[in-house]
Amino acid sequence: MDYLGQYKAVFKAKSGCEDVLKKSQDGGIVTSLFAYALEKGIIDGAIVAGPGSEPYKPEPMIATTVEELFAARGTKYSISPNLALIKEATRSYGLDKIGIVGTPCQCQAVRKGQLYPIGLRDVPDKIALVLGIFCMENFPYQGLYQMVEDHCATKMDNVTKMDIGKGKFSVYTERGVNSAIPLKVTHKYEQPGCHVCLDYVSNFADISTGSVGSPDGWSTVFVRSAVGEKVWNDAVKAGWIVAEEADLKGQFGIPMVDKLAHTKIDGNAKTLEARKNGLLKGLKPLRNPYI
Amino acid sequence: MGLLDKLKCLLFGKGSEKNQAADTREQKPIIKKPKEEKPVADKITVGHVHMSGCTGCLVSLADNYEGLLTILDKYADLVYCLTLADVRHIPKMDVALVEGSVCINDECSVEEILETRENAAIVVALGGCACYGNTTRFCRGGQQNQPGHEAFLPIGDLIKVDVYIPACAPTPQQIRNVCLMAYLLLKGNKEQQALATAYLTPLMNLAAAGTEACGCDLMTEVINQGLCCGCGSCAAACPVRAVTMQNGKPQVERDLCIKCGSCYAQCPRSFFSFDVCGQYESIIKLIGDVMTP
Repeated sequence: MDYLGQYKAVFKAKSGCEDVLKKSQDGGIVTSLFAYALEKGIIDGAIVAGPGSEPYKPEPMIATTVEELFAARGTKYSISPNLALIKEATRSYGLDKIGIVGTPCQCQAVRKGQLYPIGLRDVPDKIALVLGIFCMENFPYQGLYQMVEDHCATKMDNVTKMDIGKGKFSVYTERGVNSAIPLKVTHKYEQPGCHVCLDYVSNFADISTGSVGSPDGWSTVFVRSAVGEKVWNDAVKAGWIVAEEADLKGQFGIPMVDKLAHTKIDGNAKTLEARKNGLLKGLKPLRNPYI
Repeated sequence: MGLLDKLKCLLFGKGSEKNQAADTREQKPIIKKPKEEKPVADKITVGHVHMSGCTGCLVSLADNYEGLLTILDKYADLVYCLTLADVRHIPKMDVALVEGSVCINDECSVEEILETRENAAIVVALGGCACYGNTTRFCRGGQQNQPGHEAFLPIGDLIKVDVYIPACAPTPQQIRNVCLMAYLLLKGNKEQQALATAYLTPLMNLAAAGTEACGCDLMTEVINQGLCCGCGSCAAACPVRAVTMQNGKPQVERDLCIKCGSCYAQCPRSFFSFDVCGQYESIIKLIGDVMTP
């Protein structure tokens, strides 16, 4: 199993723009890269997880300006079906060069859609930049709601930031008070479909990024494809991104990313094996999507 | 008088010897050798068999525009296609792209689908009707000028089908990819054959899986099986906007669904090959390269 995927380079990085960092989750990499790509005409628009009808309920949106991108900053720990807009982006929005950010499964869906565009007419060659995020699992909104309102005893409306790190799910409010629960408590609220996922660091993205493996305020970045490499190098050169050498040895550096990738993928491989043999001895097998 | 001289006379009239000499020098590049000196020998033969379908699948094939010309130039001869080629009877061919379902009330259609199977090495069900019945599933007969035609079956209910290209209409890019992979499978080297096999396997599996499709597959085969990741591919793929995403999961308006099979086939959790998708960069480049005229 390919735990960290193919990559050309790995960095510790953050946005070169203070405005981005003010409300970004970590290093503001996704916002900065898309803003750079928009400004330079590498993309005409980006499909991102924008604000929805309720606080922290993401809704996929197509950002065609930097202002719109800024509105979508920060992680929302719930499901944003970004792929749902991928055809629409080329139709009503008339985009020829689409940027899309996604979880590992969404990046897989993009690549499958490019190679098997069964219902995605004229979409494959319009995908210009795929940014992937690290993802251990995702939560349906009702699950997230219960974690925040019940377990963290915090009103959803008052939350200013949510974060998963150091084994905890933390909720921040304006008063700076934060309530944290161990990740163990959150497991039962995870989306079941996440338990068969064999990708942690978006191996199918052009560039993938996440907080694990870098100090607070920084992001770890894997530059994977030729497309990704060009955009990355140019964005760094132009000062939109500050990139430094990744911590390849330290306990909280890349080895940490590798460790978590093993935890996720090995665990889910076991789940797949169990499904194949029937969840319990004597039960029929369940469907396996991977061939 | 040579062709060149004739042309010159036509264009410039009879000029002086001196002028003619100068003209010859200038005019030379205009007359080029024919682009294709001899026909490409190693093409595969492809036919389009029209059963009960709306010709949308064929239009989709043609919507590769200059790409279609490249395919016909380099990789495939279109040996049968009622709309585009003047051939009346189904000949022997490598790949038959069958559009539409079979009306079993029509003797001729029934004979033709059998003939197709007998004459084609690979039968591809092109589009939702051939794969799954699609809109023809909803036929109740009573249409002019054949009110007795009411029973339509996906071709897989009558013959063995090798490859499915679902969706209504199938996309030009998907048809192109299958044609190129069929070419690599039949004419390529070992490595290319392996790639083509890996690429086509999921589409062969769809063909082996049966002739029924519906938006409900998203429930029965994906959500109910605990596999949905809420990516939204299905909603993008649906040609009739029957699929919307609600609370991060597909919600199918079942009355709108035309049973074309595109939502399920597009889903990354219907099938996903790390082997094929992992090579996406090189495959996309390969397709780009071979499609260069």
